[in-house]
Amino acid sequence: MSEHLANSSAGISFIVNGEKRTVAAHGMKRLLDVLREDLHLTGTKEGCGEGECGSCSVRMNGELVNSCLVPVLQAEGATIETVEGLGRAEALHPIQKAFLECGGAQCGICTPGMLMATAQLLAVNPHPTIGEIREGLAGNLCRCTGFKRIFDSVAAVVVEMDATAKTGGAHAG
Amino acid sequence: MYAMPQPVRRSSTAQTMSTSEKTRIVGTAVPRKEGVDKLLGRARYLDDIEREGMWYGATVRSSIPRGLIRSIGFDRRIDWTEFTVVTVADIPGRNHIQLINADQPVLADGMVNHCEEAIVLLAHPDKHKLREAVDAVNVEYEPLMPVLTIEESERQETIVWGADNILKSFLLEKGDVDAAWAQAAHIVEGEYRTGAQEHLYIENNGVIAEWSEGNGITVWGSLQCPYYVHKSLLAVLDLPEDKVRAIQTETGGAFGGKEDYPSTLASHAALLAMKSGHVVKMTYDRMEDLAATTKRHPSRVRHRTALDGDGKLLAMDIEVATDGGAYTTLSSTVLSRATLHSPGPYVCPNVRVSSKAWATNTVPYGAFRGFGAPQAIFAIERHMDEIAAAIGMDPVEVRRRNFLHDGDTTATEQVMREPVILDKLLDRALTESDYYERQKRFAQENQTRAVKRGLGIAAFYHGAGFTGSGERYLNSLAGIDVTPEGRVRVLVANTEFGQGTNTILSQIAAESIGIDYDDVEMAPVDTNVVPNSGPTVASRTSMVVGKLIERAGLQLVGTLRERAGLREEFTREEFFAACERLREEDGAVISLCRYEAPAGIFWDDQKYRGEAYPAFAWSVQVAQVAVDTTTYSAEVEEFWSVQEVGRVLHPVLAGGQIEGGIAQGIGYALYEKVVWKDGRMANNQMTNYIMPTAEDVPPIHVYFEEIPCRFGGFGAKGIGELPHDGPAPAILNGIRDAIGVGFNAIPLLPEDLFAQLVTQESKAEVSAV
Amino acid sequence: MRGNAEAHELIAPGSLTGVLELMARAPGEWMPIAGGTEIMVAHAAGRLREKKLVSLWGIGELRFIEVSGESIAIGAGATFRDLRMHDTVQSGASLLAKAATWIGSIANQSRATIGGNLVNGSPAADSSPALLVCDAEVELISMRGKRRIPYSSFHTGYKRNAMTPDELLYAVHVPLRFAQHRQYLRKVGTRRAMAISKVALAGTALLHGGVVSEIRLAAASLAPLPARLYRTEAVLHGRALGPLAIREAQEALMEEAKPIDDIRSTAAYRSRVAANLLGEFLNELLTAEARP
Repeated sequence: MSEHLANSSAGISFIVNGEKRTVAAHGMKRLLDVLREDLHLTGTKEGCGEGECGSCSVRMNGELVNSCLVPVLQAEGATIETVEGLGRAEALHPIQKAFLECGGAQCGICTPGMLMATAQLLAVNPHPTIGEIREGLAGNLCRCTGFKRIFDSVAAVVVEMDATAKTGGAHAG
Repeated sequence: MYAMPQPVRRSSTAQTMSTSEKTRIVGTAVPRKEGVDKLLGRARYLDDIEREGMWYGATVRSSIPRGLIRSIGFDRRIDWTEFTVVTVADIPGRNHIQLINADQPVLADGMVNHCEEAIVLLAHPDKHKLREAVDAVNVEYEPLMPVLTIEESERQETIVWGADNILKSFLLEKGDVDAAWAQAAHIVEGEYRTGAQEHLYIENNGVIAEWSEGNGITVWGSLQCPYYVHKSLLAVLDLPEDKVRAIQTETGGAFGGKEDYPSTLASHAALLAMKSGHVVKMTYDRMEDLAATTKRHPSRVRHRTALDGDGKLLAMDIEVATDGGAYTTLSSTVLSRATLHSPGPYVCPNVRVSSKAWATNTVPYGAFRGFGAPQAIFAIERHMDEIAAAIGMDPVEVRRRNFLHDGDTTATEQVMREPVILDKLLDRALTESDYYERQKRFAQENQTRAVKRGLGIAAFYHGAGFTGSGERYLNSLAGIDVTPEGRVRVLVANTEFGQGTNTILSQIAAESIGIDYDDVEMAPVDTNVVPNSGPTVASRTSMVVGKLIERAGLQLVGTLRERAGLREEFTREEFFAACERLREEDGAVISLCRYEAPAGIFWDDQKYRGEAYPAFAWSVQVAQVAVDTTTYSAEVEEFWSVQEVGRVLHPVLAGGQIEGGIAQGIGYALYEKVVWKDGRMANNQMTNYIMPTAEDVPPIHVYFEEIPCRFGGFGAKGIGELPHDGPAPAILNGIRDAIGVGFNAIPLLPEDLFAQLVTQESKAEVSAV
Repeated sequence: MRGNAEAHELIAPGSLTGVLELMARAPGEWMPIAGGTEIMVAHAAGRLREKKLVSLWGIGELRFIEVSGESIAIGAGATFRDLRMHDTVQSGASLLAKAATWIGSIANQSRATIGGNLVNGSPAADSSPALLVCDAEVELISMRGKRRIPYSSFHTGYKRNAMTPDELLYAVHVPLRFAQHRQYLRKVGTRRAMAISKVALAGTALLHGGVVSEIRLAAASLAPLPARLYRTEAVLHGRALGPLAIREAQEALMEEAKPIDDIRSTAAYRSRVAANLLGEFLNELLTAEARP
């Protein structure tokens, strides 16, 4: 069983926001903790530790996951996207721009997860109905907004992305 | 400790009114000040901060609701030399959190009065070693009989607090209630109950503390009120003012839940930091935060109401009881607000409100958005619908006949000097919701469908700012300075936790000075940097602190005109050039203003009479509710909220406040239940404490009527708490409209609907036989 | 985070044989972990007792959905997202496709596997009632070989099942013939999404001339394990459906149900709502029969 990916500190490698990273972490360490503690990517938040609030949502191999429920060993070889990879201060991602303009972020603690869930939703379904937006974000709890302006933000991204597609422009991320 | 800077010069031109003027920045949707940081994930919340050589703290808590501590044992399987252990014996100063009554210990001293009460603190460099160590501290108790409900406390058979279990009581009297019953055409009675509610901010409580001989104690925390923390640390650690410093970090939601609790947590972290000599971080996980920190006070409100033949109120006899938990914390002020909101937005010549906060052996209840008002308004607004049913009148009409208007007096005999537009708010709510048309349609459809629909209404006010003399006691100081780098800074201790403090105060500063929004930033909320502008509570920031910043801006410009040659009309460059001329003379450019109570306002704390609040925000809400008779579940399908909150400073943020408050109110009414088992929260997980998700919150329609208020920053009144007051009664009134059964307690879960409906069914079956 | 990663061992053999060899060598010693949506919750709460864990995530041999003539074979490693997105699952096993949308949220559905849902064996498991009313079978695998048993005999008690300590759940086989039946599936949860079921009811039925010729009923959270409601079915079998039969079936269900009071709901509520759901299903059948 020399092929076994063992446990602990052997070194687990994956791609985070386009960059290959290798960490010497225990296999049962949560991906959330590896991102925050080993890679200092503290944009991903912990709200509940039981996959209920979605604050730790990241994309892994093109799917949305709660990083608090992923033992890092299972991320070996994966491609991971976190909020830090979405946009930059001088070039916000259209999703970030929409949330800023539409009031989709208040206290901001659910925001990184909400942005990643939105990115996932729109990657799979570029023109979601309001029902699909609600379902796509139902695993991300926001206690501040009552969600309405988050839905508005997602709708605004769709409009913006369509406009960009029409004019043939490109955007970051 | 913030040191008052010298160059404070008053300007005679500073008192201009500005509320009616056209504004450039106030009223527009400028970007949230800290928004980009939050969207990039680079805003630094407490748990995002790591320090070299930092230790971690944990808490050993009581497992019983009440008892004497016999012994505290430390299991030998742990090498305790690796740990710092703090008990009550290590407290250098007073073992009490400094709030209204200093009755809550920092650490239990020989006795515990509620489950989860802190007994021992532990710190270790490896956070993973703490859990086992906490479990290895064995506390032996001699259990005492606990008191766990309002009713048990009222019986006064077991006294668990003071001489009589009463944390606070109020008696408010207007007219002669007892004489009114004889003239009444109708007398309607009702009892209404509300449960505990958890804030469920997504960021749990957390604090980092650092101790050094030279600087004393510094704490960073997710908190609302840095000067509350400062005050407790002074007493607990017995330090002089200049050796205690509290700094707010980015705060991931609070809703009142980080008003008083951080004083306890900061004391704990500080004690560990002092004893260990290391920087200590204490963060709660969700289970600990849910189990050990404050919640909304449960309540029971009884109404007895006399009406004349036209449905006009003759007398209201109201008895308010709240469960305060084991210690006073903020129970007296919560009770005060409940008392003052309990008669609702109605005119009544004879009113008596008798209210008491009862001690029980549960985790102390604390501040939560609305602060007693949601409990009181649930009762009166449900009761108005029961009155309507009892006298055979439309619930809308009963309210309309009794609404307060300009010139009327409230139960405290406060004269409504500002315009009161409840009729207009009601009309708009009815129009926007197409109320009567929908109601007619539902009445038709309900005859054949398993899902019954209905509409419910709630009308209410929320007093803005501290109650009565509160703002005078607070004596807030706030201001603006200009840095040599050419940045205008707002100097306040008021905190941003999502509601938009940073943004609206920056708007106000920019507007009142006449510069750009981008030229303004917030000074760090650090007690060494900013003055005490009061706590961030009670919907006071826009109104009270906003006004101080507006004045400070005008005062600064006045000073620059008088002393630094600033012209009447000026450019940005001219403004900053003038600031530099002033700096050469004074050494700093700073403008501070202190709270000034509006003239002609009196409040009698003893008789509970007078101007209870400087201003009121008003609202009428309509809920469309669907009750599924297959599953006994009620859902809100659509919601309308019309309000008058003075001037709307920022349309996007204001709308977000209303919608967010309504969503929490929906949770309060239909989903959020704290399940108790022997004085302990049994469902302390997000999986089992159910808040509404993106699929549960209905479409919410928000409408503002704007009447600028002369006491508020650019005419703003308080907004944050108001929207949480109405949803619960509106929803339960909608359920009554849908199925003809009134429910008087929240949270109203399907199991509760089921239990009451089945009881009624079986009664009906029996009577049919 | 109350658990300590270092107190556990996790290995990922990367192949089905690798996992089975490990389990054969030390039966019961290795706890399989797939998407982690249960085990990692226990880990965070400090409740994970198992010290040795073996990862099934990423083993392609377990993540498949294959359609043969009469049934769909679903690998235990298929996620609920795989299920709800699959055309044949949607058309041929629509109850299962619907149940898949109930699992937690999108993030949970992309990690939670059907194998994990069944092996975990919660009485409230979302996929169980749908599988029970379609006569699904489960296929178990070990180094000793494969065996198939009806899913209805898989659960043997509260969080207990028919697997031996060296076995792994390999696949679930869902017959397609139930697509021709009248079907029903409804969950009553704590809220619309991210909800644990308080009660759920599934049903498939065939009627001929108003008479019930086949009916299968199953419920979640009415017993210590996901289970068929055989006695209720018996009341209906061969009966002409009408108000009396419906009422008797509801009474039978209330008799047969053995729910509990817990922090999510009450026994009385669960029984009564299950009976109401049954009434809803049977009335739908009646209405459908009445249509020309």
